[in-house]
Amino acid sequence: MAALEIHNVRKEFGNERVLKDVSISIDSGEFLILVGPSGCGKSTLMNAIAGLEPVTSGNIYIDGEDVTWRTPAERDIAMVFQSYALYPSMTVRQNISFGLEMRKVPKAERVAAVERVADLLQIFPLLERKPAQLSGGQRQRVAMGRALAREPKVYLFDEPLSNLDAKLRVDMRTEIKKLHQRLGTTIVYVTHDQVEAMTLADCIAVMRDGHILQLGSPDEVYNNPVDMFVAGFMGSPSMNFIRATLEAAGDGYALRIATPDEDNVLLPWPSERNAAGLVEQLNKPIILGLRPEHFSEEDVRLSEQAEGTLMEAKVSVVEPTGADILLRLPLGEQEITARVGPKCAIAPGERLSLRVDMARAVLFDAETEKRLA
Amino acid sequence: MSESTTRTAVRPTASGWLQAWLPRLVLAPSIAVSLFFVYGFMLWTFVLSLTSSRMLPSYDFVGFGQYSRLMANERWWVASTNLMLFGTLFIVICLVIGVLLAMLLDQKIRQEGALRTIYLYPMALSFIVTGVVWKWLLNPQLGIQAMVQGWGFESFRFDWIVDSDMAIYTLVIAAVWQASGFVMALFLAGLRGVDDSIVKAAQLDGASLPRIYWRVVMPCLRPVVFSAVMILAHIAIKSFDLVVALTGGGPGYATDLPATFMYTHAFNRAQIGLGSASAMLMLGGVLAILIPYLYSELRSRKHG
Repeated sequence: MAALEIHNVRKEFGNERVLKDVSISIDSGEFLILVGPSGCGKSTLMNAIAGLEPVTSGNIYIDGEDVTWRTPAERDIAMVFQSYALYPSMTVRQNISFGLEMRKVPKAERVAAVERVADLLQIFPLLERKPAQLSGGQRQRVAMGRALAREPKVYLFDEPLSNLDAKLRVDMRTEIKKLHQRLGTTIVYVTHDQVEAMTLADCIAVMRDGHILQLGSPDEVYNNPVDMFVAGFMGSPSMNFIRATLEAAGDGYALRIATPDEDNVLLPWPSERNAAGLVEQLNKPIILGLRPEHFSEEDVRLSEQAEGTLMEAKVSVVEPTGADILLRLPLGEQEITARVGPKCAIAPGERLSLRVDMARAVLFDAETEKRLA
Repeated sequence: MSESTTRTAVRPTASGWLQAWLPRLVLAPSIAVSLFFVYGFMLWTFVLSLTSSRMLPSYDFVGFGQYSRLMANERWWVASTNLMLFGTLFIVICLVIGVLLAMLLDQKIRQEGALRTIYLYPMALSFIVTGVVWKWLLNPQLGIQAMVQGWGFESFRFDWIVDSDMAIYTLVIAAVWQASGFVMALFLAGLRGVDDSIVKAAQLDGASLPRIYWRVVMPCLRPVVFSAVMILAHIAIKSFDLVVALTGGGPGYATDLPATFMYTHAFNRAQIGLGSASAMLMLGGVLAILIPYLYSELRSRKHG
């Protein structure tokens, strides 16, 4: 049975439609991430699940029960807020046990719950402190502790890591993942950070303008994006969108990338990836999507076995990140980013042979921005 | 770099001198005026309180004789007791009404701006106007009593203003009417400063609305309560115009407050010495409230 089911939910503020027929269903123990740019409706959807904002139409089911018109307290959910929302006048202990106290849990059980949570999150030394005496990371832990104390059916996380510094964010991300693996809880997590989405989720819902564009596993969303928005949003540096023309080449197709001053680049399209819709696009402009890691520098020693197509371009900028090097290469009127190994010795202005992994390339319609193949 | 700055500082130019001294020159008159008229007159009042001045100031020192006369004065004790009663009721009722109004206005209601202005408006009136209006309202022959009796409830009585035991409460009514809107504005600002998600978190934790306010929101507003009490306490101690306009201190001297006592003795009854002594005691009262307040303010600023 689905732990959380959202069925055709709409939300309107006056004439503005913030959520347009959103439907999601996740199983018990799944980690769902709502991701999208600001203003896409992900926080509104979160608030609708929590019951903090009534929906205009549609239904929300938790554990099979219709909770659409229940108050937040009756829904048996817990939430971790972006600002942590700790009660400033209470100690950490009181913060954690407040929800239990309001639900009239006996004192002994409350104490036990605080101990359990403090042990889980290693916040024993903080229990008697006030939130103002805690650092950002500690507050974050306490906020999670408060949610974990009650063992509700669904946990909601509203951009919980966005106020932490970069290093702490990575640590807490791992910790949240560990907690989820250990406790097997159902989590809905809102973020605008695609790295968080990729690393944590069992299931990602990419949202834009109140729609869910794609709902799928991180692998699906990353490697099989439904349109250019999803493809561009997931992944960093983001996918290269290269304007090209689809041409017939032998039995199959090839992509011609116009480069004014030099010979055009011609990339053959792997025949096993031919899709039905491609015929109609013949000799029309098309968008070729290639992620930076789909390029690799040509290694002469391996060139015999290596797969993929060769392409030559001049390097304009070299950005070493340590683990690898990002290259910017002008290609026709656009600039592409390629991710190559850290050992690649190349200086700006030099020409470089790049191997393109066309098997993982994607094609988009230039007008509708929808996926073609 | 530091060498060059010291050199320019050593060699004074006319414009540099002006730049350094202009702020002081501009501020000097107002500082001098306030030093003279506030602190100078405070000092003079203290000196007068040690003399036997009657109609006109004299410098015939009698030590603390005026203070002991004051302590033996029954009318002073009535005024002081009245201040205690009036001050306590005024502050408590204003806080309760102000907090309630602020909470109700905070429920995302329509036309909140208009309502807020309506509640705040009495603060824009002078206490004299408030006093006169309430004098008419409370007048048994003209106001509320006459109106309700006119509706046919002949036995209805609301004549506190002419009852020497109850008249002090009419002051409380008028003062609360005037100041509670202001307290509401203070608390509303405080409530707006409370993080919205704290309230949401408490909702999710299963707390009812009264509990959210009592357990979660109000503790955040402790500094506001403190400021409100400070401001209201000052208003209470300084209350003079309201008494003059509403009851004139009467019936008899039943609604005298220290401020009206001081005025009556210093300017109407030719007892400048006694009046000055009572003024000094009032100053002591204000300082007793102000100093701990300033102390805690300055301390928290140093720490924060």
